[in-house]
Amino acid sequence: MKPLLMLASLFFASMTLQANESVNPQITDATDPQAKGLAIAKEMKARNTGWGDSEAKMTMILRDKSGNETDRKVRVKSLEVEGDGDKSLSIFDEPRDVEGTAFLTYSHIEGNDDQWLFLPALKRVKRISSSNKSGPWMGSEFAYEDLSSFEVEKYDYKFLREDELDGRKMYVVESYPTYENSGYSKTNTWIDQEHFRVHRIEFFDTKGDALKTMNVSDFKLYLDKYWRGHKQVMTNHQTGKSTVVKWSEYEFNTGLDESDFNKSSLKRAR
Amino acid sequence: MSDTHQNSHNKDNKTVKFGRFIVNHRWFVLLSSIVLLVLTAFGSSKLEIKTDYRVFFSEDNPQLVDFENIQNTYDKADNVMFVLTPKEGTVFDRETLKSIQWLTEQGWQIPYSTRVDSITNYQHTWVTPEDEDYMLVGALLCVPDKSADFDSQCEHESVTPQMIDDLSDKQIERLSDIVVNEPQLVNRIINPDKSVTAVNVTVQIPSDPDLEGLEGEAWDAKKAEILGAVPKITAHVRQLRDELMERNPNLEVRLTGVIMMNNAFAETGQNDMMTLTPLMLLLVIPLALFFMMRSISGTFSSLFVIIFSIVSAMGAAGWLGIFLTGPMFSVPTIVATMAVADSVHLLVTYLHNMRHGMNKNDAMVESLRINMMPIFLTSITTAIGFLTMNFSEVPPLRDLGNTVAIGVSYAFIFSVTFLPAVMLLLPTKVKTTESNGYRMMDRLGDFVVAKRKLLLPAMALISLAIIAFLPKNELNDEFVKYFDTTIDFRVDSDYTAENLTGLYTMFYNLQTGEDSGIHEAEFMDTLEEFVAFAEQQPEVLHVQSYTDVMKRLNKSMNGDREACYRLPKQSLQEECNRLLKEEATTPEELNTSIRQLTSQFTLMYEMSLPKGMDLNNQLNSDKSATRVQLALKNISSTEVIALEEKFAHWFEQNAPSLEIADSSPAIMFAHVGQRNIYSMLTGTAWALVLISLLLIVALRSMKLGLLSLIPNIIPMAVAFGIWAMFQGQIGMGLSVVTGMTLGIVVDDTVHFLSKYLRARREKGLDSHAAVKYAFHTVGTALTVTTIVLVLGFLVLGMSHYVMNSHMGILTGITLAAALIIDFLLLPPLLMLLEPKKAEVTEGELIHQNQ
Repeated sequence: MKPLLMLASLFFASMTLQANESVNPQITDATDPQAKGLAIAKEMKARNTGWGDSEAKMTMILRDKSGNETDRKVRVKSLEVEGDGDKSLSIFDEPRDVEGTAFLTYSHIEGNDDQWLFLPALKRVKRISSSNKSGPWMGSEFAYEDLSSFEVEKYDYKFLREDELDGRKMYVVESYPTYENSGYSKTNTWIDQEHFRVHRIEFFDTKGDALKTMNVSDFKLYLDKYWRGHKQVMTNHQTGKSTVVKWSEYEFNTGLDESDFNKSSLKRAR
Repeated sequence: MSDTHQNSHNKDNKTVKFGRFIVNHRWFVLLSSIVLLVLTAFGSSKLEIKTDYRVFFSEDNPQLVDFENIQNTYDKADNVMFVLTPKEGTVFDRETLKSIQWLTEQGWQIPYSTRVDSITNYQHTWVTPEDEDYMLVGALLCVPDKSADFDSQCEHESVTPQMIDDLSDKQIERLSDIVVNEPQLVNRIINPDKSVTAVNVTVQIPSDPDLEGLEGEAWDAKKAEILGAVPKITAHVRQLRDELMERNPNLEVRLTGVIMMNNAFAETGQNDMMTLTPLMLLLVIPLALFFMMRSISGTFSSLFVIIFSIVSAMGAAGWLGIFLTGPMFSVPTIVATMAVADSVHLLVTYLHNMRHGMNKNDAMVESLRINMMPIFLTSITTAIGFLTMNFSEVPPLRDLGNTVAIGVSYAFIFSVTFLPAVMLLLPTKVKTTESNGYRMMDRLGDFVVAKRKLLLPAMALISLAIIAFLPKNELNDEFVKYFDTTIDFRVDSDYTAENLTGLYTMFYNLQTGEDSGIHEAEFMDTLEEFVAFAEQQPEVLHVQSYTDVMKRLNKSMNGDREACYRLPKQSLQEECNRLLKEEATTPEELNTSIRQLTSQFTLMYEMSLPKGMDLNNQLNSDKSATRVQLALKNISSTEVIALEEKFAHWFEQNAPSLEIADSSPAIMFAHVGQRNIYSMLTGTAWALVLISLLLIVALRSMKLGLLSLIPNIIPMAVAFGIWAMFQGQIGMGLSVVTGMTLGIVVDDTVHFLSKYLRARREKGLDSHAAVKYAFHTVGTALTVTTIVLVLGFLVLGMSHYVMNSHMGILTGITLAAALIIDFLLLPPLLMLLEPKKAEVTEGELIHQNQ
């Protein structure tokens, strides 16, 4: 699934009902690192379930090694799908030449995602068959798999240690992708103990070398329940390039349904 | 040399005092010099091998700056290329395909790898007959699988040997057709005969700029990582090569690419140091020393002076933060050669004095008195010669010059302190027989005086005839040819250039200056025309350009119609992208919609590629610029520059609005080689002026000082003339020969002229007799030291590192030529300028000659 950044940030920004809610006893009691890691992942998912649908705007700033910058602007609509990956529709506003290009994704827990692209210049919808999850998204340092909706089943977990980041207590969990065609051997994720939000992920390439680090900040609470990080910075340690993603105008329960996420809605998307 | 001390005692007072001090405090002198040695030598612990060809360029080198800019905008192009040749069958045999697939996947495990390109993971796009709007994207080996099942999750990494075995002959034929019809692959990753293919691994190795902002341990760790990266990659790929050949004995596997070149620079230099330096120190030098001095203790102690000088030079280099690079590995051989002369002069006189009955102490003081000034003078001129290398554009050559200059200075210091001290402590036996060299020299002197009227024109003619060949020399800095054919990198790279693709590249960065500018139809047309122009050039083997990607996309987006394999605008004539023509009402509108279409194709393609196969190596992030990569045959650097100028001219004529930057290792070496030769000529000119002034002062004669220019310059010109006859290629290593030989050649001239003058001034001899006297006194010494020098540099000539071996051979030729000219051309000239029985006063001589 490539419900894109939206879902990504859902994942990053897991929510909590009340701050004083007692922490899942499976986490505190677990002694086995695998079990503890899995419990943390489940808690993350649990706190980010039930949001329904959302819309948001994102700006992506790509920076190369010489410091040259380029912007991309995309509106993202998302629909939560229970029991499978989410659906998402991304409409490109900038660069100017791809304005109106729309990208529809049905992500799946198993198998390839379904992807359609509407090309306004041809006024046609093209279907893309690609099993690729590891490639860069719009030339940025984010790969598809960094942006897809978080599903517990997609990884094996191992709790590493507790840590502190910006004065917050964190869990550090190692995750190993179980799905086909991942570009990573593993990731290390920093999750705060209070709200189970992702603050940092370190990515390791298939030969085990440090590849990228993502830092998430500017968290805001929506519907009194769902946290969303409004700034994500991804730095590639091997190429020296980086990408900053900024989110704005988050809206929930905007009345989107299945009919807004099919091939004919793709043509109408503006 | 010992018979001339009647009238200069007072002038030599200081030297005598110095000599007495050494004689009286030999233990103190010995220990002090060893302390000095140890202190300096400690610096060698800071020496590190630098395995990056970029060391040959200074930080502000314009081509390097352009290159770094291109590298930083796109991906780096440092690579390892595995070149695979099946001994039997073609690349498309199932076993070979399995090997390529295996190697491609292993490529990702190579340290620092970020991209792996091969025929099997080439990302093909196609559409299905069932649904023209369904575009499939996948690695070549997944094409059959994905065509059969649209939901196939096949990716290159998950292809199994079984899947390849199961391919039908027809399916393999289809894959082979895809590959040989893809301009992005043919002549880059596979040859048209399908008999040779490559797996190209792009690596991002850490470099010095990554040290910025680091301190302490982090800095040290990064530094160690930078220095260790190339050896680490090399070890890994060599193991991979061995493993591959074991898995598939039908494959020949060769290794080339920038990383292998970097490694060759370091490894070849190191091997030289391991083989040539011992050869020098254990064989050539001891033999030469013993032959000259016939004294075991003298040979022994001289050898110590030489080793001390080498160790000190390398230690000082370490203190100065100089890195070990190819040219630096020749330092031991050169310093050893240079240090021989100092010891020999001092000890020959010392032994001579002892044979004539002096006691040890007096013999040593006298030897120091006589030799101090000449040794000092020749050391200075030699140092000046090597210091001219500072005019070089090439940092490792500057380092070489400075390190040798330091070594020569240390050789001087140890020769006048450690050497006398240790000689006095060692037992010295003296045989009373003199060698018969003197008689031979006397006969040569008689011959030169008798035949002077023949010798002068004959020598002048021969010299001029040889010098006439000089312009036939050609500047050439081909980095593959920096290694001789015993080095795997050279052999494998030559094979690759002949059978697949060139290691010499050119990168062109075409910048439109506006966002998405590369998607303009006009730009695409220009780019395509440039590709066509470049492909017409006989030197060009392959051009990688985004137009080839766009043509294939345009075809896939039009139901894979063959006629649509064109750029979007051109394809309108073939009724491709029909909607555009139908909707647009004005040509401007049509252009806008073509640009949008092209951008949207790029976006679509970009969204479908897996990691490491992205477009970052061809497009910059705002799509305002694109990189074109040309692979060239192995051509000379003059041809590289000519080609570069041809392309620059083309862009000026056809695309004046584009901003073009170009660079590549081949271009960098070509330019630095050219600039270097001019800067070295300037450096040599300055050295000539400086050394001539020094000679005028030292000889106290304006006329002879100026005359010395002839025996100093002609040997260089003659040597380059001889070089033109037999070799004719001048690289950056040779351009420094003029400067460094000058400093050595001068020594011979100084010795010969000073003896000649002494005979004229102190003994009142006429020019004929003075010439004979000069032959008698220094003839043997000059011959023998020249033989040692020539031998020493010929040892360097055995290096497999061509930059060093050519330098050694040409220097050897120059020094041999210098001796011949000093013996056969200089004396007749002196006799011509100062005829027999003429008065010795200079005023009259000048008058006579006007």
